[in-house]
Amino acid sequence: MKYRRELSAAFKASIPVMMGYSVLGFAFGLLMTSQGYPWILPVAMSTLIYAGALQFLALGFFQAKTGLGQIFVASIFVNIRQAFYGLSLLKKFKKAGSLRPYLIFALTDETYALMTTMREDPRLKRRWYLFFLAALNQGYWVGGTLAGALFGRMVRFDTRGLDFSLTALFVVLAMEQYKQRRDALPFLIGAAASLIAMTLVSRDRMLITAIALALLGMFALREKLEKRGKGHE
Amino acid sequence: MNELWIWEAVGVMALANLLTRIAPFLFFSRRRPPRAVIFVEENFPPIILTILIFYTLSSVDFGSAPYGLKELGGIAVTMLLHRLFDNYLISIFGGTATYMAMVQLF
Repeated sequence: MKYRRELSAAFKASIPVMMGYSVLGFAFGLLMTSQGYPWILPVAMSTLIYAGALQFLALGFFQAKTGLGQIFVASIFVNIRQAFYGLSLLKKFKKAGSLRPYLIFALTDETYALMTTMREDPRLKRRWYLFFLAALNQGYWVGGTLAGALFGRMVRFDTRGLDFSLTALFVVLAMEQYKQRRDALPFLIGAAASLIAMTLVSRDRMLITAIALALLGMFALREKLEKRGKGHE
Repeated sequence: MNELWIWEAVGVMALANLLTRIAPFLFFSRRRPPRAVIFVEENFPPIILTILIFYTLSSVDFGSAPYGLKELGGIAVTMLLHRLFDNYLISIFGGTATYMAMVQLF
């Protein structure tokens, strides 16, 4: 194979992600089929969407029959942090040519972290190294999803409460955010916006309403947030 | 369940997600993004995660027994495991397993 060295370097770099993606992907596939969805749905989602938190969240959208417009806006804000990643990779992706669209599509949290922190071997063809890295990571995610989806179809067991994995995922991600900037204010804004939204509107509109309220709140408190946020940069 | 609608929803999510990833390459490859955009991108992640936690709990009835204690218990176990081991797989699986046990046994 022409790019063997790039592939093996990318594989080594991707090993830490393998564990996380295959296990979480498995949980996602299992969760979807345990709720009665066809196995192809989670596999297609992992292939076409490829964003962990959003895919888990989709289950809530499906159950509440959330409107497509709301799903669109909510999805943008759920993943708005990703709009930051590209900024630090503009230069790196510049010479990727035909591989560039896929590199941009597959830019998840973990792939971004690897691409920005790993030291690269200057003898390697960078665009192929980056491509293999991105593709391997998505391979783990899709593979885990497929295995979980098939497992969920074959094995029947009591899955009541399995959807709590979504809450647990968000709790862990929130704790990681808190580690980065030890400031309770953003969490308080989120909590206040959620509670107000929950009392004002029905469940299928709660997410979008809370996002709108939180945006208002954060611009009202912009000075405070910016001053406190300085610490972590 | 309306199958076509679900696939439409998947398409919408795929598109929205792609937009967040492609935006800097489309809009900011030559000029710096406006300060308001940077402000939202920097400060919104902890806020949205908090909202998502509430959203996933929005069908829980805290007004009557068991008053959401199972959910709060599951969150407490998740947080404790994360403090102890700092490994998100352990935290998520431990918290979920605890919650499933509480829902299925009591």
